[in-house]
Amino acid sequence: MSGTLTVYRWELRKLLSQKRTYIGLLFATAIPAIFVSTVAARNHGPQDVPFGRYVLESGLAVPLVLLTFGAYWLFPLITALVAGDIVASEDHNGTLKTILTRSLDRAPIFAGKALAACTYAFVALVAMAVVSLAGGAIISGFHPLVSLSGTTVSTGHGLVLIGASFLVYFVPILGIAAIGLVFSTIARNSAGAVVATLMLSFVLQLVAILPGLGGIKPYLLTNQFFAWHGFLRTPTDWAPITHALWVCAIWIAASLAAGVVVFVRRDVAGG
Amino acid sequence: MPAPVEARGLVKRYGEIVAVDHVDLTVAAGDVYGYLGPNGAGKTTSLRMLLGLIKPNEGSVRLFGRDPLVEGARALQGVAGFVEEPRFYPYLSARKNLELLAAYDGGGARERIDSVLDIVELRDRAKDKVRGYSHGMRQRLGIAGALLRDPRLLLLDEPTTGLDPAGIRDMRDLVRRLAEQGMTIVLSSHILAEVEALCDRVGILRRGRVVFEGALSELRSAGGGTYALRTTDQRRALELCEAHAGLSGVRQDDGAVRFSAPEEAVASLSIALGDADVGILALVPHMPTLEELFFDVTESDEADRAPAGAAQAGS
Repeated sequence: MSGTLTVYRWELRKLLSQKRTYIGLLFATAIPAIFVSTVAARNHGPQDVPFGRYVLESGLAVPLVLLTFGAYWLFPLITALVAGDIVASEDHNGTLKTILTRSLDRAPIFAGKALAACTYAFVALVAMAVVSLAGGAIISGFHPLVSLSGTTVSTGHGLVLIGASFLVYFVPILGIAAIGLVFSTIARNSAGAVVATLMLSFVLQLVAILPGLGGIKPYLLTNQFFAWHGFLRTPTDWAPITHALWVCAIWIAASLAAGVVVFVRRDVAGG
Repeated sequence: MPAPVEARGLVKRYGEIVAVDHVDLTVAAGDVYGYLGPNGAGKTTSLRMLLGLIKPNEGSVRLFGRDPLVEGARALQGVAGFVEEPRFYPYLSARKNLELLAAYDGGGARERIDSVLDIVELRDRAKDKVRGYSHGMRQRLGIAGALLRDPRLLLLDEPTTGLDPAGIRDMRDLVRRLAEQGMTIVLSSHILAEVEALCDRVGILRRGRVVFEGALSELRSAGGGTYALRTTDQRRALELCEAHAGLSGVRQDDGAVRFSAPEEAVASLSIALGDADVGILALVPHMPTLEELFFDVTESDEADRAPAGAAQAGS
């Protein structure tokens, strides 16, 4: 365990020293800022997404609208930027051989990297939540929110529900991170791993809208990005939330298992 | 105590290509072992197998008796080195890179950072990002990273490649100093002068196979010496040479009798010439250079067979 923590701490330090980290965080904060500015400038919210029509009535609606937007490409991209890179870049730069000839086994190295990739995705999500809430407060103030069931939710309770929604939203992000790690371990090329992760995310979204494939839709990873809707119903609808938790758990476990097996067994012939 | 390196029957295939073909290596404690071979002979691939970076298709590796494939990083206790050029995180300073490696090593590695930076003379530049380092500085940092582990066995893959003459001299001096301190060193190289200057034992690899393993002196004696003889009576000298035991390849050439022979046979020949009243004007030995022996071993059609008497051919 101490080996994993050692790797984790150094992975975080390495992330803090790389431009790519800040590019992802810039995306996570700039997109809500741009969204809020556009809504304020046009004095008009998006009508065709959940909570879109309420963004000018309550700032609490802004992070919820961005959760919907973020599911399609923003968070898969931000997560893939680091998860897809975290092993492949070491392979590409030749540093994998440097760290694999020290005193730590491969499994704790993989675990430390996986934890670091997830931490980064979590920080990006929190950054988006903070900027979107702040932006929402500036343009509309923190007023009670109308739930998906049409009931009014007080500001305090609304903030709790937003927090819970972001937490549930983080679970499929972990799934994307785990898939990114697998590609990162296999691809040996950072750009290839990032693109492959994004492509898989898009393919899963495409499968969800193809006719005749409705049966598998509830089990697609990307579909779990909308489980948070359950919190915004009155009473709380736990079914999509528990469903998302176990579906994501399977995706995460399968991906991490594949990733660690490949990482532990693979030859390091590059660099 | 188990040998620092014992590799038996190592095989690595990439599809149809056999990069390493039943390689046996034995490096004893205190050896400075030169691992020689032309580019592409399989030196780096076998070094990667020694360090557990790639898995052999067949065979086994023991480092101080421990198998890296079975015991993982524990088998690398007391072992350090690099294959191909050492690589670091370019966006971190040299000191931060070493701190990372020390954290991965554990033990007292962190306390050794300053001293290893002194050894490779990089302390003044330790705060600079590795991105700005020259090739030579990276090579030295690679040595520093290896020394952090306080190794008993150091594996160095072409450590002087790409260095300027001063860098080559400094690197060789450093390797010599480390060897004098009792460290076992495996030095892969295709530069014969380097191996000759630093190593006492060599393994020569050709097309993935070990074609010679032994002491440098054994390699030289395996090659034998040739002699040119000029006397007061060349016709009689030629007859005596042809009849003398231990001489081979006797021929008259360019005013001299030429032959190959071990030193004892040459000594007895000189006595025999004197007894026969043949005066010796010149008896000039020509010992093959390491380079000639190397090409003899790596380029001849018979190279898969080891030179008689001294080699352990990989089988």
